[in-house]
Parts: sequence; C-alpha cells; structure tokens
Amino acid sequence: MLHLVVCIKQVPDSREIRIDPKTNTLVREGVPAIVNYFDLHALEEALRIKDEHGARVTVITMGPPSAEKALRQCISMGADEAVLVSDRAFAGADTLATSYVLALAIQKAEDEWGPVDMVLCGKQTLDGDTGQVGPGIACRLDIEQLTYVEKVEYLDTEKREIVVHRHLEDGVERVKAKLPVLITALAELNRPRRASLPGLLRAARYRPIVWTTNDFPNIDRSKIGLRGSPTIVSKTWVPEPKQVNTEFIEGDGPEAVAQALIDRLYATDLPQKLGWT
Amino acid sequence: MAEKEQKERKRKPMVGLQPEGDVDWSSYRGVLVVVEQRAGKAKSVSWQLLGQGRRLADKLEAPLMALVIGSNVSHLAREAIYYGADRVFLCDSPELENYRTRPYSRVCLHVIRTYKPEIVLMGATYTGRDLAGAIATHLPTGLTADSTQLDVDDERLLLASRPAFSEKMLATILCKQFKPQMATARAGVFEALPRDESRTGEIIPVPPQMKPEEITTEVLEFLEATGKVNLEDADVIVAGGRGLGGPGAFRLLQDLADELGGVVGASRAAVDLGWIGHDHQIGQTGATVRPKLYFAIGISGAIQHVVGMQNATYIVAINKDPEAPIFKIANYGIVGDLFQIVPAITNAIRQRKAAKDAADPQQPSTPQTV
Ligand SMILES: Cc1cc2nc3c(=O)[nH]c(=O)nc-3n(C[C@H](O)[C@H](O)[C@H](O)COP(=O)(O)OP(=O)(O)OC[C@H]3O[C@@H](n4cnc5c(N)ncnc54)[C@H](O)[C@@H]3O)c2cc1C
Ligand SMILES: Cc1cc2nc3c(=O)[nH]c(=O)nc-3n(C[C@H](O)[C@H](O)[C@H](O)COP(=O)(O)OP(=O)(O)OC[C@H]3O[C@@H](n4cnc5c(N)ncnc54)[C@H](O)[C@@H]3O)c2cc1C
Repeated sequence: MLHLVVCIKQVPDSREIRIDPKTNTLVREGVPAIVNYFDLHALEEALRIKDEHGARVTVITMGPPSAEKALRQCISMGADEAVLVSDRAFAGADTLATSYVLALAIQKAEDEWGPVDMVLCGKQTLDGDTGQVGPGIACRLDIEQLTYVEKVEYLDTEKREIVVHRHLEDGVERVKAKLPVLITALAELNRPRRASLPGLLRAARYRPIVWTTNDFPNIDRSKIGLRGSPTIVSKTWVPEPKQVNTEFIEGDGPEAVAQALIDRLYATDLPQKLGWT
Repeated sequence: MAEKEQKERKRKPMVGLQPEGDVDWSSYRGVLVVVEQRAGKAKSVSWQLLGQGRRLADKLEAPLMALVIGSNVSHLAREAIYYGADRVFLCDSPELENYRTRPYSRVCLHVIRTYKPEIVLMGATYTGRDLAGAIATHLPTGLTADSTQLDVDDERLLLASRPAFSEKMLATILCKQFKPQMATARAGVFEALPRDESRTGEIIPVPPQMKPEEITTEVLEFLEATGKVNLEDADVIVAGGRGLGGPGAFRLLQDLADELGGVVGASRAAVDLGWIGHDHQIGQTGATVRPKLYFAIGISGAIQHVVGMQNATYIVAINKDPEAPIFKIANYGIVGDLFQIVPAITNAIRQRKAAKDAADPQQPSTPQTV
C-alpha cells in the first residue's frame, strides 16, 4: 500500500493580524490559529489518492502542543495517523532547521509504517511565506521535488510514475517523475473536503502521536531550533509610507480637468522617455 | 528492542548538515546572480538583480558574477555582461534545455563551491524559489525569501529585508554563520542597469554535473499561457479597482491604455469579483511593477496594492473619495467620477495627437510599443 506523508503547519490567520500604531508591533492576541491554507490542499490530494489507489496517509506537523487541534482537523478529514513533533528545543527554527526535523520525522514514519512514496506540502505558509521547506525536505531525503503543482494528471502505482502540471508564471509545465517524490500544492489542485461524521467522531477521541528530541536518537542537536538556524531576524519595522507631494488637479468640468492633467504630464520627462510627440 | 532496530532502515547520511569543502569564509568574495531563462529568453528579474548586484559588489569592492544555465544560451552570457556582470559562468548543454531541480542545482553547487561568492541572488519566481531552496539546504546556508530590499554593511553582511504579515511589516534578515549568504528577490522591485554593449567581461564555461541518463524527471511539454498581459515590462499601466462597478468599465481603461501604448492592470478586489483575469492583478499577491506612468482608477490604495506599484515614476490617482489613501502616494490626484474623467482624458490625448498630426503629417504620433 502507498504511504503518503502530508506536512502541515498551524499558522495565525495573517489577515487578522494588526499593527499596534503606538508601539509599531504586531498584535497577535485573538488571532485565530488555522491549518495553513495550502496544506489543506496537500492533504486533500493525499486523500484523493487514498480513495483511488488505497494508501496510508500520515500527517506530520512540527509545532507547539496547541498544534494538536490542527492535527485533529486533518484526522476528521480522513488522515490515518497524525504526528506532533514537539519540543522546546525545536522552537525558533528557520527553514533549514525545520526541513531537518521534518525530514527526520518522515524517516521515522517510514520506520514505523513503511517506506514513503510521496510527501505532500503546501506551496507556502501564510506566516513565514518562504516556500523553502518543501524543497528543503526533498533535498534532505534525496528525493525528487515537484513544486507548485496544480494538477496530478496520473499516478501509476505499478510503474511508480507520476505526471503533474506545474503552474509557472508564464505557463504550465507537464512533468513526469519517478516515485518517491515530494510535491507542493497550489490552491488550484483541488477543493478540500469537509469532515465526515465518522471523521469528526474519530477526531474527537484521537490523541496525536507526539515525538520529542528523545525519539530521534541520532539527531544533531546543534542543527535544530534557534541554534540550528543560520538566518537571524535582526530587526522588524513598519515601513514609512512613501512621501509624495500630491498635486490635486481641479477644473471646470471633466474636460478641463483632463486637459490640465495632460498638460502636466507633457511637461514632465514622460514624452521624452515614452516617445510621445 | 531488536525488532525496533530491524525496523530502522540503513540510510545514507542526510545532506545539508555540514558544509562540504572550504569553510574559510574569508575566501568567499563577490556577488553571484543566477540568471533565469526559458527558451533562451531571460526573465527581466535576472537583469534587475544584476543591477542591484552591481551596486552591492561595488560597495564590497568585489566582482559581480552571473551564472547562465540552459541549452543554446551563450548569447545570454553576453547579455549578462551588458547588464553589469564582470564574469559569467556558462553551462550550456542540450539536457539542460528545461529547468529541472537536480541537474540545475548541481551546476549551481559546483560553481558556488569552486568560485566562492559571498552572496548569491535569484529571482523569487517559482523556479527561483524551487532552485534556491534546494541549493541552500545542500550547502547548507541561510536563505532569505522574497526580499524587496538588499544592502550590505561594513562587515560585508547581506541585509536582506522582506515584507511580512501581508506587507504590514518589513523584517531584515542576516546570515552570519555560513557563506554564501543567499536571498531570493521579488521581481519588479530593483532597477536594471541600462544595457551597455560596450561593457566587457569574462565568460567561463562550466560542465554539466549530471549525466543525461541520471536525470529521472522529464518535462513532457510546456503550455505557454497565451494572451497574458505583461505587466512587469510595461511602461504605462492603467489600473482599475472596485470603483469601476463592473467588468464593462474596463473598456474605458483599455481605451486609455491603447492611446498611451500601455496595458490594463487591476486591484485584487476587481479580480476577485471576476471582472478581469488574475494575470492583471497588481500587488502583494499579484505583480510588482515599476512603470513610468501608473493610473490608479477607482482603487482605494490598500497597502497590499500599493506595495506592487509604489515604484512607478509617476502615479495618477482618480477617485471620488478625497480621503482615499491612494492620494497619499499619487503625484497627480483627481477627485471625481471616473466614468466622466477617464473618457475625457482619453479624448484629450486623441485631440492632442490629432492636432499634432495635422501640424506634422509626416510623423504620426502614436507611441512606439516595444
Ligand atoms: C515574518 C517571518 C519571516 C521569515 N523569513 C524567513 C526567511 O527568509 N528564511 C528562513 O529560512 N526562515 C524564515 N522564517 C522562518 C520560517 O517561517 C520558519 O522556518 C518556519 O518554520 C517554516 O517556514 P515557512 O513558514 O516559510 O514555511 P514554507 O516553506 O512557506 O512552507 C511550505 C510548506 O512546508 C510545510 N511546513 C512548513 N513548516 C512546517 C512545520 N513546522 N511543520 C510541518 N510542515 C511544515 C507545509 O506543508 C508548508 O505548506 C520567517 C518567519 C517569519 C515569521
Ligand atoms: C493577504 C492579502 C493579500 C492581498 N493582495 C492584494 C493584491 O495583490 N492586490 C490588491 O490590489 N489587493 C490585495 N489585497 C486586498 C487589499 O487589501 C484591498 O482589499 C484591495 O486592494 C481593494 O481593492 P480596491 O481598491 O479596488 O477596492 P476598494 O478598497 O473597495 O476601493 C474602491 C475605490 O473606488 C472608489 N470609487 C468608487 N466609485 C467610484 C467612481 N465612480 N469614481 C471614482 N472612484 C470611485 C472608492 O472611493 C474607493 O476608494 C490583499 C489583501 C490581503 C489580506
């Protein structure tokens, strides 16, 4: 049976984050925590493969204990098992340290439940927003990566081949690769399902499996958490809006205003730069 | 216990834990820009990054390098010199025609380990992020995503700043521990140098690092998106928002854009309402543009829109609400009903051209679109 691992992250709903105008800092209080939007599409794709081919779907997140709630949501949608990789030592990780721990967790999931055929991630998160963790995991596991997938055209479990459509700025690329692969999901990939009633019942009782540093005997402790993260946030600030002296153009009716605007634009260097005569 | 041990697979050591080779970071010098191309055509972000790379390299008194990977791309190596590079590494081989992560990243790793740049920059495009994420993990080193400001300090540290939390804040990110310091950078933010054919530089051929038969992924086809607007390279953009009230009014904007040789852009509100395609969207989740002239019509000026267009040379805002935030960044503001103002502007331009053509029939004054 196929074994699919979905990596999900619990994130603050960034649309709800406000800046405190007095202190110029983020107001995080009361901001709801949600499963990263794209990760639900990654999970849905895994569940579709499960429906069609039969598969075991393992969901993994690295995060604080409160991320249990996000894992329960995945169980309610139909994931088989959910793992919370959680330890104070993992806190403060950048993408390099995150991909290390997630790769170790995926290897451990292989040891527990069999070889992994596909890892599914979201395109990027709503908070860190880097899109670097997927490629980082693929690189560490030494498997092929197919990023920005908007469609899985087919999956041949006999030949162990997959064909996907990658959505790029200038078009769509059809790519064929051999399993195992890591894919990162776009929103166009599918529509995440709602939880089923049995799913909700199972989720209500479900306790995620928790792995701490002690569950990874060979972990290099200098490569995790803040210490294992080469990137340092040296400062954050709220950018000053650009200062412009706006000239308001007024006139007697739209024609006069339009004429005045054109006169202003022709008086700048635009005619020369744009070849107006 | 024994059973448990049996379950654990034999594995190769994981990559990305220790740097390979030379870790005397002081021997790392210069700025390397990885050029992105498709079918022999470079992405404009690559030239923009060479422009910014030049500014950083001059400050560091170090060389600016470029890496061109592909098939039949030697002309791009020369272009990279015209856009500011002192040295260009060129890996030109048939199996590199299409981008694929492994063969491309192996070439980058080879160049980085051999020529030791202190800074590596790529576009924060889909391909750039795919490639940068793989390379930074392999090396390993720190990677800042989607930077919109790039500078260096006295200690030669790269100060890469990126927007966070829906553009509400900026964060400056450093990497002190490893070299090179890596960043991907947003398209449309940095300015390319003027192309200068008199510039000279060195082109160094680099061999591919994987045999064709070792490459297991295959690009079956590329379906180019046709009829997409090219906002990034447009000199004039006429953008509309929710104030247009429906899809029909975009016709008025198109008329104005046609007179100016420009293209039509939009706010996310207009896109989300289905009035115009997503490829027209400007802002955080759309294109970042730096045209010479930008019209914001019926657009309120939310920060997520403004970050995508504030670098336009001239901004004209038309809005019926005198308090609309868009006026804060506009050079020229018109308070009024767009349905009256926009056609009047189009007309005024037509009249001006007609008058000009009547006076000088030899030279029709329609703008040259390049
Ligand atoms: C404002 C801000 C800016 C940052 N900038 C940088 C930066 O420039 N460079 C850098 O290296 N780090 C940066 N970080 C840190 C980074 O957010 C964390 O490393 C984070 O753990 C993972 O990165 P991401 O959120 O960008 O994930 P992405 O790479 O965007 O996530 C892609 C996918 O990977 C999976 N994934 C990511 N994190 C987890 C997780 N914890 N558990 C399970 N699956 C996961 C999900 O499937 C997700 O959809 C930044 C953080 C913040 C808050
Ligand atoms: C995570 C995130 C990402 C986002 N990304 C983007 C992005 O990439 N791009 C983007 O644009 N937005 C983005 N947004 C949305 C952004 O916050 C705003 O909601 C959006 O820009 C508003 O669009 P608008 O100005 O067209 O609409 P509105 O804010 O509704 O403004 C309409 C304006 O039209 C004026 N108006 C109405 N009728 C007339 C008339 N007859 N004549 C003249 N003026 C008139 C009104 O006075 C008003 O100022 C994002 C938001 C989030 C949270």
